[in-house]
Amino acid sequence: MTAGPGRPPGPAVRGGPLAVLAYLMRRLFAAAVMLVVIIMVVFSIFFLIPKWAGVDVALSFVGKQADPAAVEAVRVKLGLGDPVYVQVWEFFKGIFAGRTYAAGGDVTHCSAPCFGYSFRSEQAIWPVLTDRFPVTLGLALGAAVLWLIFGLAAGVLSALKRGSLWDRGAMIVALAGVSLPIYFTGLLSLAIFSYGLGWLDAQYVPLEDSFTGWIGGMILPWVTLAFLYAAMYARITRATMLEILGEDYIRTARAKGLREPVVIRKHAMRSTMTPILTMLGMDLGALIGGAILTETTFSLPGLGQAVLHAIKNQDLPIILGVTLITSLAVLIANLVVDVLYAVIDPRVRLS
Amino acid sequence: MTTQRTSGRRKQAMAAAAVVAALLTTAACGGGDGEKGGSKNGAAGFDAANNKVAQASLAKKGGTLKFAGAQDADSWDTTRGYYGFMWNFARYYSRQLVTNKTEPGKTGAELTPDLATGLAKISDDGKTYTYTLRDGITWEDGQPITSKDIKYGIERVWAQDVLSGGPTYLRDVLDPEGEYPGPYKDKSKDKLGLKAIETPDDKTIVFKLPKANSDFEEMLALISASPVRQDKDTKSKYALRPFSSGPYKFHSYNPGKDLTLVRNTEWKQSSDPIRKAYPDKITIKFFSNANDMDARLIAGDYDLDINQTGMSPQGRTSALKQHKENLDNPVSGYIRYAALAQNVKPFDNIHCRKAVLYGADHVSLQTARGGPVAGGEIGTNMLPPSVPGAEGQKYDPYEMAGANKKGNVAKAKEELKACGKPNGFKTTIAVRNNKPVEVATAESLQASLKKVGIDVEIDQYDGAQNSSVIGSPSNVKKKGYGIIIMGWGPDFPSVQGYGWPLWHSKAILESANNNYALIKDKTIDGLFDQYVNTLDEAGKTKIATEINHKVMEGAYYLPFVFERFLNWRSDRLANVYTTDAYSGQYDFVNLGLKSTK
Amino acid sequence: MTELSKTQAAVGEPTATSPAPTAFLEVRDLKVHFPTDDGLVKSVDGLSFQLERGKTLGIVGESGSGKSVTSLGIMGLHTAGQYGKRKAQISGEIWLDGTELLSADPDHVRKLRGREMAMIFQDPLSALHPYYTIGQQIVEAYRIHHDVDKKTARRRAVEMLDRVGIPQPDKRVDNYPHEFSGGMRQRAMIAMSLVNNPELLIADEPTTALDVTVQAQILDLIRDLQKEFGSAVIVITHDLGVVAELADDILVMYGGRCVERGPAEKVFYEPRHPYTWGLLGSMPRLDRDQQERLIPVKGSPPSLINVPSGCAFNPRCPYADVPKDDVTRTVRPELAEVGSRHWAACHMTKEQRERIWTEEIAPKL
Repeated sequence: MTAGPGRPPGPAVRGGPLAVLAYLMRRLFAAAVMLVVIIMVVFSIFFLIPKWAGVDVALSFVGKQADPAAVEAVRVKLGLGDPVYVQVWEFFKGIFAGRTYAAGGDVTHCSAPCFGYSFRSEQAIWPVLTDRFPVTLGLALGAAVLWLIFGLAAGVLSALKRGSLWDRGAMIVALAGVSLPIYFTGLLSLAIFSYGLGWLDAQYVPLEDSFTGWIGGMILPWVTLAFLYAAMYARITRATMLEILGEDYIRTARAKGLREPVVIRKHAMRSTMTPILTMLGMDLGALIGGAILTETTFSLPGLGQAVLHAIKNQDLPIILGVTLITSLAVLIANLVVDVLYAVIDPRVRLS
Repeated sequence: MTTQRTSGRRKQAMAAAAVVAALLTTAACGGGDGEKGGSKNGAAGFDAANNKVAQASLAKKGGTLKFAGAQDADSWDTTRGYYGFMWNFARYYSRQLVTNKTEPGKTGAELTPDLATGLAKISDDGKTYTYTLRDGITWEDGQPITSKDIKYGIERVWAQDVLSGGPTYLRDVLDPEGEYPGPYKDKSKDKLGLKAIETPDDKTIVFKLPKANSDFEEMLALISASPVRQDKDTKSKYALRPFSSGPYKFHSYNPGKDLTLVRNTEWKQSSDPIRKAYPDKITIKFFSNANDMDARLIAGDYDLDINQTGMSPQGRTSALKQHKENLDNPVSGYIRYAALAQNVKPFDNIHCRKAVLYGADHVSLQTARGGPVAGGEIGTNMLPPSVPGAEGQKYDPYEMAGANKKGNVAKAKEELKACGKPNGFKTTIAVRNNKPVEVATAESLQASLKKVGIDVEIDQYDGAQNSSVIGSPSNVKKKGYGIIIMGWGPDFPSVQGYGWPLWHSKAILESANNNYALIKDKTIDGLFDQYVNTLDEAGKTKIATEINHKVMEGAYYLPFVFERFLNWRSDRLANVYTTDAYSGQYDFVNLGLKSTK
Repeated sequence: MTELSKTQAAVGEPTATSPAPTAFLEVRDLKVHFPTDDGLVKSVDGLSFQLERGKTLGIVGESGSGKSVTSLGIMGLHTAGQYGKRKAQISGEIWLDGTELLSADPDHVRKLRGREMAMIFQDPLSALHPYYTIGQQIVEAYRIHHDVDKKTARRRAVEMLDRVGIPQPDKRVDNYPHEFSGGMRQRAMIAMSLVNNPELLIADEPTTALDVTVQAQILDLIRDLQKEFGSAVIVITHDLGVVAELADDILVMYGGRCVERGPAEKVFYEPRHPYTWGLLGSMPRLDRDQQERLIPVKGSPPSLINVPSGCAFNPRCPYADVPKDDVTRTVRPELAEVGSRHWAACHMTKEQRERIWTEEIAPKL
């Protein structure tokens, strides 16, 4: 939010296409390094902490009369006995070269890109991720469209009608939106619109099966999720807009004789968008990693639901895979935001 | 059926849920207009399918039977599944030599031939079991099921390193020394190297037990005794697409999302004396929100809950108010209890254990479990009502459901004195943090024990880790977990299938231990030995009762309830009944629909 | 926009009795008050002056004296885009070339803005939009009032940049404000203001944000441009030095009112108000050394909510006790002619002031 128009001008580096490319490469490299670090941290969390806590993950894979040999075999199969660095290395190798798990005469090949293999559901992780990713992406993007439209509109209107009944009403609704948890608003919307009035079925239908079915199933999740974010965005938009309207350059625009709507649209909105964009990038990144509460509430088979199931079942490879996707999404979102930033704000030229 | 891992019914945000529940009960039910109440199109009535068959004659061929679930099976591989509902459901796509009768209540727990022409011919010493296979039994590709397929399917139990997770009774009985390495490491050409099973021809299979076990045929009725054809064995990935020997086969399966079975056209009704195979198609859809799922069951979008663990609190409230005729209230076969760990002082002293049994307020514990309907009757002993030999509340040595049901402080104090702790003592309750109901019982117990001077601390541990937290006696000792709250149901309806892992001294393990009380009682061990050698049912039942008495006399356990559930059945279901074979669950395999639409 | 007309209605029609002025710009009894939670802020409280084409008026005063508020009032910027806040209360008359602006249709005033009257702001960095190039901003200013295509407007922008002395204007036109130096930015700002040949140019502290050498250049530029375009110019500043060479007339403001007004040479060489003396004393002069030259006016500017009774300057005035009967603290002095076209508002007699100026003040300067 500090990155608004109030930011002091940085050294200006005019970037040609080459500079942009170099910049992107630099950022991508940094992102890759970041990912490696994240993977190592995640590995450490998932493999070392149970060890310290004296918990044997392998035990949960065997039946109730746990046969020590079977436990040991599971441990070997899962690679739990190997040092963390070996596991990390194997994991990376798997991404590029695929991986083969062999235990007790059973050979399982996980072809590249192998992001691990779940011995819980006997599935390679990558197909699970690619299967569930579109659900989450659809949820996040659809909700984002809604919350941008309504959040920005409400925020701008509130700012322009500051102190009015509309402004107070909108800000109370926004406060409610920010404070009410999704499992509350979600269950409430289900109770009213799905079970009660029966307007929406609110059951997930894959997009490839039926477009209208997909929309019908996604409306409530979109609205519920968008409500939360629209509320946040409305508040931020209002605050930023009010700040921007006090800027000297807005006065200049008026002094030129511009019509007020043009002043708002062309001069004030553009500046207001800068912090909104930053937020959007971060929020989308995080959501793409799985909107756990929304997906759980509406039983959407997305990444969030997968990771929740995985946590319940101690399905570490899935947790790891989703964590990676989340990190990747956040990193990419950051990158996109940075690039867009430079597009919007000429003072933040690629430097 | 192991400690219940099927849950998903977590109470995220009870407050929010309560509001929604209120809304649900007022808003959700527009459909109750007079058509209910045992009519042709309506539900059969409250408890109409509990231990009896509801609307058997209304079942029609065809239609899609729709299950909903909050939790996927641990594995759909016949060798690896351990969840009760998985065993129940697996009868759709797998057959066994013998299986449980498709009849309600106690009769359902009895055995009947399936692939075999009759029950086993058992030698006099109880060590040889011989079966002849039926004609016309086929795999989903039309090939006949042979005795070798059955042997191979059973051999897979030995491959615990690959196919972990399932029950290992067959291995423990047929190969107690663990000599056979399992089919994947089998050196013999046909991979049928297990000596204890002989297949003289494709129609005959002979089991040779090193030691008699009177429950052996029960073990052969387990889903893990299903045939598996060697060329179709995809090992660890078999769970994704088991090869069907039953009336239905896998059409599609997305773990955690959905499962669809369609008719196996090669299956012949004439070859199967038990399965009716009414619907054309069977689907399961998995939900992540149990409340949403219950609302959809009530709305009629689905027919029943695959998990069969009872409705969530708000769904229950709404259903009891508006749709009681769609509910059954069966005994689940589970006992919810606290085990008193003898390796944590002063529970090495029987009087201190008894002090807990007397001091506890059993009514309050029952309320914490959900009350008499949703929770169950007060548990008075440790043998579930579905197990032969059980006496239910008739056997109540500590008068838990009688005079002492609100707790007997005076008696508890007497026992404390006898234990040498007249002023009481301190101990810790270990309870799973992901089971709110168990936490509530722990709190109830804490409150009532305080009155007798037993000062209790509650330790909520990561519920997913129970096999290493409370399953490790040394950890229990280290943490001072004197009282361990758990629940248990029978793998098969017998004292062995329920109590052996809990009470036999040989069941004590360094990890994944289930004999939390660490019972090392020669009498009990002896009774189990006697039990496995007793072939007549009456004798077995008598020993079961005796074992239960011994366990109770030792005061190792404080039972809370003989658990009950409230399970939903849709208006569409016909031929519905609960069975003791699957701990009070509806018998899935012969469910039918009244309308094929 | 409806709100604007409401405001307008509140201000009221110019009284029928007041005849249209002959001067190009005439401000009559302008009052700009802002209601706040603490009370009514009387930023401008009865200000009148005239200005002819081709002439320059310097409005001088400390910050908070009401000089910027006056300029924004003339531009009509107190009412445009005031969202939801308690609105400024404006009264009086502002006549520009025969049109009374306060009662005119707001959209008409908007059309005058930028074309008839333009403004240069104090800090060009914050006054220019950071996300648009200089060219885009000048082109926008031009195309609001001229129906031309972008190319023509751009040519005009380059021409203007060239005129205000920006080297390589055809390249610089595509630069962003932050890529300009401070002086260049102010030149660009001036180019933008003058792009429509306005007849009235208001420069609000045009050099405050600039360093000394650049200041002089900018002032020269404004003077040259005024000669060239023949506009009327109002220069607002706290620094008498700025207007010394530029202004034909000078108006000294204190506490929202005019305390002295007159031709520049009179105000400089025969000032008749103690506050003007103070300002002259605090004026930097190149022929004095650092220590001596700054004699700031003691005390702080008056509260605009509770303006001191009597003469607003009395708490800071060293000569407050010169007039008898405590009149400085009870009676507000009105502007009185002290010379030809020269007015001052002070209770001291002309003679007293002449004496104090010639004997006490002038020698120190």
